[in-house]
Amino acid sequence: MPRRSTVKPLALVACLLCGPPAGAGDGAPVDRRSGFDQMSPELRAMQRDDTANPGMLAVADGAELWGRPPASGKPSCAGCHGTAEAGMRGVAARYPAWDERTHRPIDLQGRIDQCRRERQGGEPLPHESPDILALTAFVSLQSRGLPIAPPGDTRLEPARAAGRALFARRMGQLGLSCAICHDDHWGRRLGSATIPQGHPTGYPLYRLEWQALGSLQRRLRNCLTGMRAEPFPDGAPDYTALELYLATRAAPLPVETPAIRP
Amino acid sequence: MPAGPVSGPVASLVAGLVAIPLVTSIPGAARAGEAVGPPVRPDAIVGDAIPESLTGHPGDPARGRRIVADRTRGLCLLCHAGPFPEERFQGNLAPDLTGVGARRSAEALRLRLVDGRVLNPDTIMPSYYSLTNLDRVGRAWQGRPILDAGEIEDVVAFLATLREPATEAKPKESP
Ligand code: HEC
Ligand code: HEC
Repeated sequence: MPRRSTVKPLALVACLLCGPPAGAGDGAPVDRRSGFDQMSPELRAMQRDDTANPGMLAVADGAELWGRPPASGKPSCAGCHGTAEAGMRGVAARYPAWDERTHRPIDLQGRIDQCRRERQGGEPLPHESPDILALTAFVSLQSRGLPIAPPGDTRLEPARAAGRALFARRMGQLGLSCAICHDDHWGRRLGSATIPQGHPTGYPLYRLEWQALGSLQRRLRNCLTGMRAEPFPDGAPDYTALELYLATRAAPLPVETPAIRP
Repeated sequence: MPAGPVSGPVASLVAGLVAIPLVTSIPGAARAGEAVGPPVRPDAIVGDAIPESLTGHPGDPARGRRIVADRTRGLCLLCHAGPFPEERFQGNLAPDLTGVGARRSAEALRLRLVDGRVLNPDTIMPSYYSLTNLDRVGRAWQGRPILDAGEIEDVVAFLATLREPATEAKPKESP
C-alpha cells in the first residue's frame, strides 16, 4: 500500500499560507490512519511478530495476574470473568465508558483498578506500575483487530465535548494545541519525528524511546510537556475526557495493543 | 520467546519536541509573578517591525546560530529547515529559513520572533518574547519568555546573515 510520505510542494505552500482552520476540533482527519502506517518497515514487522514484540512480555505477565487469586482470598479476575479470550473480547474497544458507580466516565485502566480494589480487596495500583500496565495490555489484547467503537451513551457527551475543546485549546509556553499538530500537520516532520494523526489505537504500548510499556496517559503527558504545558495530575478527569474524544476521533480504526512506537 | 527490549540508537534518532525530558522537574525554576506583563511595550512595534534592539546593542550572530540549531533552546529546527548542513532531521512545518535575511529586514525579523501573532493571530510559530495570552504554561516555564532579550538579539543578528538563496534555485546574481 502506498504511504502518504510525499506531500506535494505546492499543497505544502498553500497550506502554510492559509494557516490552521478555526475550530480545529472539527478538522480531524477524515481518512484515518494509525501511527503504525508511518513507522519504518522494521518497526512494523516488530509489532506484527508476537515473538519480536517486547509488549508481549507484559501481556504474558498480565495473563498470569488474570489467573492469580489475590492475597485477600477473594476470587481472581478469571474467577469472576472466566477466560479473558471469551469474557474480555471487545471490551477495550468500547472504553472509556460511563461508570454507574461514580457517575463519571472511566477508562479501561481505571475500571481494572476499580475491580481490584472493590472486588478483590487490593490496594490501588500506582499509575504506570508494571502490574496495571500488564493487566490492561492483556485485557486490551482480547480486542486486537476489532474496530474502536466508543459507546454512544449520552451521559458521556459532556466529557467528550470537554475533550474536544481541550484538543483544540492552545496551551503551554509554545502556545500549541493538539489539533495544530495532529489535525493540521500530521504527516509532516517535527524535527526527526513524523507527526502521527494521534490515534490511541495501541495502548498500552512499547515505545522505544521509553524502553518500556506505557499508558495513553503517559503519551498525553509527553505531548503536554513538549508543548511546555503543565501536565494534568495523574488520573485527572481531563485525561479521561481527552481519551474519550480521541476514541471517537479514531473510530473505527482497529485496536493494536500492544503496539510498538518509536 | 519474545525478544528483549530494543535499544538505544533507533530511539535516540527520534527524539523530537515531544521528547524533551523533564522540563517540569527543574527545581526552583522561575515562577509566575517574577516578571509579569509583556516584555515588549506595544509602542515598540512600528508597522510590521520592531526598529530598536531589545537590549540597546546588536546581537552576536555566532551565538544566534547556536541558539537556532539547539533543539532545546531555539527549537527552530523542529519546524523550520535552514542552511545547517550538520543538522539532520530538520522540520517541515514552516518556511525554510534559507535566505530569510535577504527577504526581511532585521527589524521585521525581530517582530516575527518576539510575537508573530501581531501579524498573524493564527500563526503556529511560538511567540519567543511574550508573556501574554498563554494558557497552562508549565511550572518550569512560567513568568519568562522562551528566549531572553539578549538571545532574541543574537538570533536576529544571525538570521540577518542568511542572505544566500536556496541552492536549488540559486541564480548567479545576488538578490
Ligand atoms: C508540537 C506537536 C505536537 C503537539 C502540540 C501534540 N502532539 Fe501528540 N504527538 C506528536 C508527535 C511528534 C508524536 C509521535 C512521537 C513519536 O513517535 O516520536 C505524538 C504522538 C501522539 C499520540 C500517540 C499516537 C500513536 O500512534 O501512538 C497521541 C494519542 C497524541 N500524540 C495525542 C496528543 C494530544 C491529545 C495532544 C494535546 C494535549 C498532543 N498530542 C499534542 C506531536 C504533538
Ligand atoms: C512550532 C513551529 C515553529 C517554531 C518552533 C518556529 N517557527 Fe518560525 N515560523 C513558523 C511558521 C508556521 C511560520 C510562517 C509564518 C506564520 O505562520 O505566521 C514561521 C515564520 C518565521 C519567520 C518569517 C519567515 C518569513 O519569510 O517571513 C522567521 C524569520 C522565523 N519563523 C524564524 C524562526 C526562528 C529563528 C525560530 C526559533 C527561534 C522559529 N522560527 C521557530 C513556525 C515555527
